[in-house]
Amino acid sequence: MINFNLFVLPFFFGLLYMLLAIGKSWYRWISALPAIDKVKVTSGIRHPGQVISALKEVFLEAFIHRRMWKLNPLLGYLHMSFALGWLLLIVLGNMESRFYSGTHLNAPYYPIFLKFFIHDKLVLFFEVYSVPGVFRFIMDFVLLFVLSGLVLAFIKRKHSKWFGMKQTTTHQLTDRVALTCLWLIFPMRLLAESYTAGYYGNGGGFMTQPLGNALVYITPLPSEFIAYTMWWGYSLVLGIFFVTLPYSRYMHIPTEVLLIFFRHFGIQPKKWYSSFTETEVHACSRCGVCIDVCPLRAAEVIDSQAVYFIRGVRDNYVPEEITQKCLICGRCQEVCPVGIKTDALRLIKRRELNSGQATEFRYLSNGHAKPADVIYFSGCMTHLTPTIIRATKGIMTKAGVNYIHLDENQTICCGRPLMIAGKDRQASELIEFNKLLIKQTQAKLLVTSCPICYRVFREEYNIPIRIQHHSQYILDLVKTGKIPLQGNFRRVAYHDPCELGRGTKTFEAPRELLGKVADLVPVRDQTNNAHCCGGSLGIFEISSHQRDTMTKQALEILLEHEPETLATACPLCKKTFSPHSPVKVMDIAELVYQAIPEKELPTISQLPHLSSCFVSAQSRPE
Amino acid sequence: MKQRIIIIGSGVAGLTTAGVLAENGFEVVVLEKESRIGGHVRKWDRLFPNRRPANEVMEFIEKVLNSSVDLRCGVTVNGVIRHDEEFIVLLSNNETVTGHALVLATGFQLFDAHKKEEYGYGIYDNVITSAELETIFKEGKQLTTNEGKTPHRVGIIHCVGSRDEKVGNLYCSKVCCVTGVKQAIEIREQLPECEVFSFYMDLRMYDRHFEELYYEAQQQWAVNFIRGRLSECSENPDHTLILKAEDTLTGRPLKMTVDIVILLVGIIPDPETGKIASMLGLPIGTDGFLMSGDEHIKDNTTTIPGIYLTGAVKGPASIVNTIADARATAQQITSRFMAG
Amino acid sequence: MKDFGYTLQPDFSIDFDRNDKRMMLYVVNHEPSLNLCIGCGSCTATCSTGHFTSFNIRAIHTLLRRGETHQLKQEIRKCMFCGKCQLVCPRGVNLRNVILRINRAIEQIG
Repeated sequence: MINFNLFVLPFFFGLLYMLLAIGKSWYRWISALPAIDKVKVTSGIRHPGQVISALKEVFLEAFIHRRMWKLNPLLGYLHMSFALGWLLLIVLGNMESRFYSGTHLNAPYYPIFLKFFIHDKLVLFFEVYSVPGVFRFIMDFVLLFVLSGLVLAFIKRKHSKWFGMKQTTTHQLTDRVALTCLWLIFPMRLLAESYTAGYYGNGGGFMTQPLGNALVYITPLPSEFIAYTMWWGYSLVLGIFFVTLPYSRYMHIPTEVLLIFFRHFGIQPKKWYSSFTETEVHACSRCGVCIDVCPLRAAEVIDSQAVYFIRGVRDNYVPEEITQKCLICGRCQEVCPVGIKTDALRLIKRRELNSGQATEFRYLSNGHAKPADVIYFSGCMTHLTPTIIRATKGIMTKAGVNYIHLDENQTICCGRPLMIAGKDRQASELIEFNKLLIKQTQAKLLVTSCPICYRVFREEYNIPIRIQHHSQYILDLVKTGKIPLQGNFRRVAYHDPCELGRGTKTFEAPRELLGKVADLVPVRDQTNNAHCCGGSLGIFEISSHQRDTMTKQALEILLEHEPETLATACPLCKKTFSPHSPVKVMDIAELVYQAIPEKELPTISQLPHLSSCFVSAQSRPE
Repeated sequence: MKQRIIIIGSGVAGLTTAGVLAENGFEVVVLEKESRIGGHVRKWDRLFPNRRPANEVMEFIEKVLNSSVDLRCGVTVNGVIRHDEEFIVLLSNNETVTGHALVLATGFQLFDAHKKEEYGYGIYDNVITSAELETIFKEGKQLTTNEGKTPHRVGIIHCVGSRDEKVGNLYCSKVCCVTGVKQAIEIREQLPECEVFSFYMDLRMYDRHFEELYYEAQQQWAVNFIRGRLSECSENPDHTLILKAEDTLTGRPLKMTVDIVILLVGIIPDPETGKIASMLGLPIGTDGFLMSGDEHIKDNTTTIPGIYLTGAVKGPASIVNTIADARATAQQITSRFMAG
Repeated sequence: MKDFGYTLQPDFSIDFDRNDKRMMLYVVNHEPSLNLCIGCGSCTATCSTGHFTSFNIRAIHTLLRRGETHQLKQEIRKCMFCGKCQLVCPRGVNLRNVILRINRAIEQIG
């Protein structure tokens, strides 16, 4: 064998090991898919359309890093230079090696260490217009491209703010080893190629040749020996990187590819830990973008952000506190460059923890509700903000709607608070009971004031009636001219409640409605990027002081443009903000209700009232 | 030369201090942001524990004021400058006042009951505050519902805005418990047919004759006490109100319809106090009230020589305690300047 | 308790010395805010579940403190977890976590 040297072995076996490890994981994940998903995979592979669109996304996300670019251009460039640069080095290196060997079927190390094997056959440096000359130019250029990313990576260590990140991930040992090797790979390649080019006086490109000449000139040791050592070093760091990759965060590189294919084949996340979830977990690059956006950071919670939680899941060790310490606000999910459904993942783990806890809802056995056209379901929390109920009912009465206030006296919880604790099975008992009441009313539309209820009605109830949040419903009433309005157009900032905004993507209706009665002032972080008010039901282990700090942080941003009123569309947000806000906090319904000319207002005796619905408990001896 | 003392606030605390200082031969300037002197007591009808008219106390305090007290109403403090041993106070009307000592007697405000939305103040017409009830009594009116009906049942809610982490006030306002008992008696006195229910967490009858008043309320006036904090209030179509609390002594939730709800609103620091404190760099406690030099032994002085605190600026206080505190402040100022 | 050599009926009083306080310690360790309770009953008054049945979270807490755990095991299952209690608590007790932890304690201690 001519084109062989002992130093290629670390690279060769490293690569082999990595490919086997990745192959084993892929095989495990694919074979563990439920039967229905396997069918999706096999049929997906047969559809070139799906494969091509998946490949396109792989290129855009895994190589170009499109989502990273959107977050921050420097961050995007950094990732692209590594991923795309390395890909180009491999592909172009392969093409270059064909020029010398006459075939693509080279040993895998041959293109990687090409310059070691073919230095003596190279044409002279100044013959740039020849095929090898062009290759030499391009390869040097790509190497420079990768090295520029490396320089940025170094800078990011010190100045992460320039990359749009205040806080970066704290890494584990395997990650550090892999990272060190990754960073060494390209400088080693540069040195190996340069020394070789310098020693032989030709074979390098516009960067490696002059650098090699200079290095040989200034190095006292024999250049041939140094060049050879550098090739060993290059092969070793490659080998170590490949061996550590399956156990480090860099496993995300091959896994993301598989995940993208899964998604394109229509595989959905499950409620329980599945093979798809396992793929998501391994696709996390631990970039730490989720750390900065986590509202809990304001409350000095620094160990439970999605990146750490997912790492715990991957290592099969997640302390219970970490699983519970999350607002389920969904803010991190919006920025995740891999598109991991972080909230769903957290809930999966909560189900593992809490789904076994017994519940006993037999007391909800007798229910009765009168027929009506529209159901108004205010929700538990809304009973603590009676202005919202009064305004919503006032508006509905004004519009002449035949409605029933389903939970006026007694509220059966919608089930979402249980689900958010991982108790889906228990929640389904409440859901069934509410469904029974809803069915009895024969209504065609259900309106709720609570975004938490709204979300679960939409996602889990499967009832054949329309479901609206009051902001959407009131907007419809206004648009159809049923509500006369006289807006006073005071300056209002709108806060997106997590469950309504990110949870159900209801961003437009509240804004459009507010626009009819008020002047909306801009808010820095809004819609997908809105802060949690701090009152979330998603978190369990948190002090009121920590909640207050989050509330204050959210308020600071909301009040930047000095609105006269803070508007929201959630009783919980309103209740959370009110004690801390220097300006009045009002629900959207209240603002609309206030804009109805006084002479047009309905009186309280016009409101349908008590005992229009009742749920009675069986009186059982205790 | 007479020493001049500036007193900010003309409630019981400020005026008592002013009176004693004037008697002791000081020149006194009293600054008041309202259009007239007197503070909260002026709005009160009768005082606990003996239900004597508040006017009598007011008259007594005002009688002590003599010609060496300069009362300036309708002014607020825009700035304070310390110059050598003197304080120069810049007023909102662009005048300045110079004095050798500064007494902060800025008192308190009542908790804004709108902040307890679930209690329905500002939403339901028949939910009023203890201060509004006092005004009704003061004007010699009958207690009626907003619709003009004589109430059959009134609920008195203790601890509104006090002992409540959710509104940011952890402290006890001290005077509401006994005020609630006093007002319960007064309602029964005026409307013997009307039942009165007090919803309380603890009844803190801490001072002399308070417990006796509680005793009287039970023995003579048959006021009902329910140990449970109101969780929420809702309105019926006839404008009566439904109260929800746990009757903790039976261990069951309780619902009750009443015609009028009276909220015993707590005491919070006056926003003006915080403003002045930040001008002077005076420490503020976690409760928002000012911190004195030492809670036990230097309770009238501050970390800044020449600045004194008196009355409810340091936290909720009854009238009798405030008067005693004001005299102590005046005495400390007197000894300081007379000795020097 | 001293044995006098005769019994009339089982003692009905809370035998604080004998009662098992492990569950209380577990819950309080994981949710120290529970120590702040002043027994005002706001939680129970507002409780969605309490409208239908005898569920009384304030009483459950008191039983827990006294070590009367056998009674609360059945009761705690009735909670719908809506979180209203937490929203009215004047002492900021983190009640949903208290309930979650009582459930966990039942699983772990039995």
